[in-house]
Amino acid sequence: MVLKLHGLPMSTSTTRVMICLHEKGLDFELVPVDLFARENKQPLFLAKNPFGQVPVLEDGDLTLFESRAITAYLAEKYKDSRNDLIRHESLNESAMVKVWSEVESHEYDPVVSQIVHQHFVAPMIGKTSDQTVIDENLEKLGKVLDVYETRLSNTKYLAGDFFSLADLHHLPYTFYFMKTPWASILNDRPHVKAWWEDISSRPAFEKVAVGMVFGEK
Amino acid sequence: MAAIKVYGAAYSTAAARVLATLHEKGLDYELVHVDMITGEHKKESYISRNPFGQVPAFEDGDLKLFESRAITRYISQQYADKGTSLEFSDPKKQAVANLWIEVEAHHFDPNAQKLNYELTVKPVILGLETDHSVVAEYEPKFEKVLDVYEERLSQSRYLGGDSFTLADLHHLPTIQYLLGSSAKKLFESRPRVNAWVDDITSRPSWTKVVELRNQAFKSSKKE
Repeated sequence: MVLKLHGLPMSTSTTRVMICLHEKGLDFELVPVDLFARENKQPLFLAKNPFGQVPVLEDGDLTLFESRAITAYLAEKYKDSRNDLIRHESLNESAMVKVWSEVESHEYDPVVSQIVHQHFVAPMIGKTSDQTVIDENLEKLGKVLDVYETRLSNTKYLAGDFFSLADLHHLPYTFYFMKTPWASILNDRPHVKAWWEDISSRPAFEKVAVGMVFGEK
Repeated sequence: MAAIKVYGAAYSTAAARVLATLHEKGLDYELVHVDMITGEHKKESYISRNPFGQVPAFEDGDLKLFESRAITRYISQQYADKGTSLEFSDPKKQAVANLWIEVEAHHFDPNAQKLNYELTVKPVILGLETDHSVVAEYEPKFEKVLDVYEERLSQSRYLGGDSFTLADLHHLPTIQYLLGSSAKKLFESRPRVNAWVDDITSRPSWTKVVELRNQAFKSSKKE
């Protein structure tokens, strides 16, 4: 039974899951959801995700939404194959994966997503991008990345000296952020830059990045 | 001296989330007060415990953690055999519970905290005026989330599944504040949400945490 992922190849939340699937070497079927035709707000889709968002994963009779719940499920189910993204054999290491996954969710994502939305998505949906929002969030992002710079001068990856879900979850929005005029905020911080270059050159991510076409004509 | 230490204040929703978990598990701990009113959590002495200058921070022996929802999950797993079970052992059931944990983090809490800030924090704690335009912006968003909850709770006894888990517990601190405000009506008008709110807020462990919160408020007023 093949895993089915409902979503789009340029969506940050869909790609978050796709990267995880590729890291685990899993076959899956990507079922496109036509967001522009509001397919995600139709009853058939709402029955899968009542919040009307992508992605949705179907694994036999199990239907899941929320990208970080899906990656956690896949990382747990396939924990013994390839890299262990959740470090299940060490309670201390798995706790650190959870800490830095929460950091991505609560400190990083709300800030970087605003910048990416204003810069790429707003123009795509016929709105003007709000520079005030961008500026506020660039300042916040600088402070968050200062914390990352200190952390990454002590460990190779966020949760420790091992690549984990905590790093993986950052890939989609950071990829788009690095295509904005403000990439220097990341590049000016040498440990963050080295970490970004490392995680974004992983083969699983490179496969997915091909479809991430915001900002390209 | 307890091996488990929580650095924070019981009136912080994030700290209360961790305290609720410790009480559900029946674990001994020491609450080390961090005076958020004087900004102690932003000072050098605290930042080494939580580099984002936020409450809570946590220690269990030499393991140091922050981010409340990482701490609660650590406690739930490390002490799985103690007190209330807050997770499912069946991986598919737990995957669904994790999904609703993400829903609380990304849909419920961001909207609820905006309302909480305008309706309670500003008028009651900071002595500032509620910005009704913010309330008008976030109430409909919050109501859409509660509509999804109403539907979910018609299919499932608790949010995460058929028993109380972290998926429900994580909501308690913010819900408790909203119950003391005009936002209470948003729960009361939805029968299943209302019943669920009554159920989880009347758990003995939560009642203890609310007492700690109220004591912390009283102490802070004396300063």
